[in-house]
Amino acid sequence: MAKFSAKPKDLAKIRYTPPKTEWTETPVEFREHMFCHSAKPKDLETVGFPYGRAWSAKDDDWKLPDNWEQIILQGMKDLLGKYRSFQLFMDICVRCGACADKCHFFIGSGDPKNMPVLRAELLRSVYRGNFTLAGKILRKLAGARDLTVGVLKEWWYYFYQCTECRRCSVFCPYGIDTAEITMMGRELMNMIGLQLGWIGGPVAACYMKGNHLGLEPHTIKSSIEFFLDDIETLTGIKIEPSFNRKGAEILFVTPSGDLFANPGTYTAMGYLMLFHELGLDYTWSTYASEGGNFGFFTSNEMAKRLNSKIYAEAKRLGVKWILGGECGHMWRVLSQYMDTWNGPADFMEVPKSPITGTVFDNAKSMKMVHIAEFTADLIKHNKLKLDKSRNDHLNVTFHDSCNTSRGMGLLEEPRYIINNVCNHFHEMPENTIREKTFCCGSGTGLNASENMELRMRGGFPRANAVKYVHERYGVNLLANVCAIDRATLSASMDYWVPGVGVAGVHELVGNALIMKGEKERTQDMRLEPLPEKEGSENV
Amino acid sequence: MYNAGKILIGLAIFFGLATFPFFYNMGKAVAKPDPKLDTPEIMKLAKQDRKCVEPKEFMRAEHMQLLNNWRDSVVRDNVRVYVNSEGKKFDMSLQNTCMRCHSNKKKFCDECHNYMAVKPYCWDCHIAPKEKES
Amino acid sequence: MKTLIPFFAVVILVLLALAGVNMGNQQFLFGVIIPYAAVTVFIAGIIYRVVKWGRSPVPFSIPTTCGQQKSLPWIKQNKLENPSTTLWVMARMALEVFFFRSLFRNIKTELREGPKLTYGSDKWLWMAGLAFHWSFLIILIRHFRFFAQGVPLPIHIIESLDSFLQIGIPLLYITDALLLGAVTFLFARRVYLPSVRYISLPADYFPLFLIFGIAVSGVLMRYFVRVDIVSVKQLTMGLVSFTPVIPKGISSIFYVHLFLISVLFAYFPFSKLVHMAGVFMSPTRNMPNDSREVRHINPWNYPVHIHTYDEYENDFRDKMKAAGIPVEKE
Repeated sequence: MAKFSAKPKDLAKIRYTPPKTEWTETPVEFREHMFCHSAKPKDLETVGFPYGRAWSAKDDDWKLPDNWEQIILQGMKDLLGKYRSFQLFMDICVRCGACADKCHFFIGSGDPKNMPVLRAELLRSVYRGNFTLAGKILRKLAGARDLTVGVLKEWWYYFYQCTECRRCSVFCPYGIDTAEITMMGRELMNMIGLQLGWIGGPVAACYMKGNHLGLEPHTIKSSIEFFLDDIETLTGIKIEPSFNRKGAEILFVTPSGDLFANPGTYTAMGYLMLFHELGLDYTWSTYASEGGNFGFFTSNEMAKRLNSKIYAEAKRLGVKWILGGECGHMWRVLSQYMDTWNGPADFMEVPKSPITGTVFDNAKSMKMVHIAEFTADLIKHNKLKLDKSRNDHLNVTFHDSCNTSRGMGLLEEPRYIINNVCNHFHEMPENTIREKTFCCGSGTGLNASENMELRMRGGFPRANAVKYVHERYGVNLLANVCAIDRATLSASMDYWVPGVGVAGVHELVGNALIMKGEKERTQDMRLEPLPEKEGSENV
Repeated sequence: MYNAGKILIGLAIFFGLATFPFFYNMGKAVAKPDPKLDTPEIMKLAKQDRKCVEPKEFMRAEHMQLLNNWRDSVVRDNVRVYVNSEGKKFDMSLQNTCMRCHSNKKKFCDECHNYMAVKPYCWDCHIAPKEKES
Repeated sequence: MKTLIPFFAVVILVLLALAGVNMGNQQFLFGVIIPYAAVTVFIAGIIYRVVKWGRSPVPFSIPTTCGQQKSLPWIKQNKLENPSTTLWVMARMALEVFFFRSLFRNIKTELREGPKLTYGSDKWLWMAGLAFHWSFLIILIRHFRFFAQGVPLPIHIIESLDSFLQIGIPLLYITDALLLGAVTFLFARRVYLPSVRYISLPADYFPLFLIFGIAVSGVLMRYFVRVDIVSVKQLTMGLVSFTPVIPKGISSIFYVHLFLISVLFAYFPFSKLVHMAGVFMSPTRNMPNDSREVRHINPWNYPVHIHTYDEYENDFRDKMKAAGIPVEKE
């Protein structure tokens, strides 16, 4: 496969006019760089997903099980009975089109089947044809379709071109949430072994080893020790965190991506420095070493199985509550699913900050606090000494993650932190932030490398808004509270807005945090010289 | 979670609203309107002269339009004579032409207007004829 | 095709009523039997739909939050867009149902030279939607005068407000004009906007034509080819009092009007029009964002196979010990 090499200016030539043929008569075309490799049989086998096999989307024959139609239709029937959202969203769409130009994949590709309404119609047409009287009688007139291999291929292509960001659901007059529909579509496809390699791999790794990257316990420890060396270089302070320690007050869970790749690692350093400075009685876990949940992109059951480790580990270690790191979909799963799946977490206490005494009543049942809530509370109570000027070389804007904004409402906390650790902050245009924020373009397991065109197209609206503040205010850093953002926005910035870096909010906190007994800092968290300090030394 | 209670309340409200007209009229006698044509002025006329300015069917459906045209004609154009379909001439006047015969507003006009729940604004300006309470 | 088939379907319905009444003398069928059947199907159909939705649980708490959450006491929660209590959910729902809050957010995305994406305000759909639904509701309420002996005061008030412009005789109802205008707009955007045309199904055009037909026949009866409404009311009163009568001399246009309405009623529960009931049940809007505070129960939550800590430790015990990570079993 040729490497993706399209130039940004060519990719941005987007036609929004639909093709001449009706969408029902336009078969799916698998375009290179727009879809992912399929899952490896052994990964599916590890977690017990059925029908693992070697196949590729480009093949004519997908080696489907003989009774695949029956499996899918029975699966649809079951899911309709389990989820009111699914049943309702199949019935009530009026196709007003308000969602159409709200999807980052549609904006970036112009492909009409990326309009949320049509994405849902892919499933709805089959629903009508098989589960409604009108559809059975009136067929095409009622918008009904048979379930064919062609339809299935469409599902695979387009349900893996949705990041479940829920932006469309903000604008829908009935709150129809394409994330729900994509989740059902993906769950159905998982019943016949149609999964992505980039999802199947992390899921299997997370199941067996506790995290998506498959980091084994000693590797987790050594990764963190590597950060500790950098922190010592930076501050002269030696930090000794604990792992799997029983009796700690707080269990800290964060996405494993932050232990592995830049710039997430700098965020992890920020956590370590903050907790050390506070003298927090906390522990890392190598077993519950994943906050994120790629199982969520396969089936509800798989998501629950992966998620179960967090409460199980909290119980085993006997902690009072759990603190969660910066992540997007992790927090949708935690705040809207975890307690329901694996609760009640009655073996813990209502979270209470040991530093400020603040009781987090908003998390009194699920017992888990977002680090942005925790840190904002610290700053409000003047518990941190901060030197904002250490971030003066940064001109910051903030990217709201889809899930923390539309599945939680964590909007002001990170902004409060940023405004207290940075002097230069500029918001992106109103229609691209907060509940109207744009996805990075690579969520829900689409952050592979073989689908780079899709990612760059999906990331276009976000990047375009960054470009606006970059050109207008000289913004050079895109802050966020999401591990996938940190990994994927770097690529999309390099592509669309070169010159803008990406960082987690707690990297900025780490930069600004004045630690007891630290030496004078001449470098930032990335061990790059702080411009002004460098200047003063040169005098 | 099913929220069965809330759904049932919702359905009850829906059922109540959708069937409201049926319940609203329960036990109420449905009286057909019966406009009376037995005023002394009409009774005085010979049977074959008991005719309105236009035929009965036309008047039933179009009287409002006719009156409206009369008003416009008198007020705006100062044309006061109406020539009907038979060539007969009438003074365009609600009070002096119409109500001279139909002096029984309550038993004539109101009978249907009330039945249909319409409130024509004729009497915002015109003075309704005095009627003896019967 | 997508527009022509539904268009001719409505034309055929009109002809059917005309032929039935004028040639077949089927006044009783079109004036009594079909309306009764339609209302029955409507009520039973809606209940069936809602019960069907209700039988599927809401397994997870999935509100779409559109504002600041409730967290720290000094951060102002956006209670309307991100409610955490039932009362505020009701407020959010009321705004949604009565004023189409979400549609009000609508923006138009455009790609310009640069490349530069812009997001312009786009309230046309919201305005037309609001005009359409409110007009329809007011017209429906106004029609209560055909179904009640002694019409209650609120109906009079609505009627006089609706006709306060005092144009023509009988007075022009503002909602009649608004409804026709809005339906025309909604149809026009479906036909003229390429992306909306592309997503439209025959099932999207049919109700528009049907409602257009209903409105036009109603407007014709009121303003142009007048019918003997005293007789019409005798018929409608007969229906609601279960003593059906077919008064003589009602023009056939009335039967067309009534038949189209009957079709709309019967069609309603089995089409996208059920969004009327569905909007109340949408879990992304009607749930409080309190899933961290109160545990949401999933009735079909079942135990799953998990990779336990013990199994994990068995896999990695030696490596853990070597790295100085505490273990359960030495």
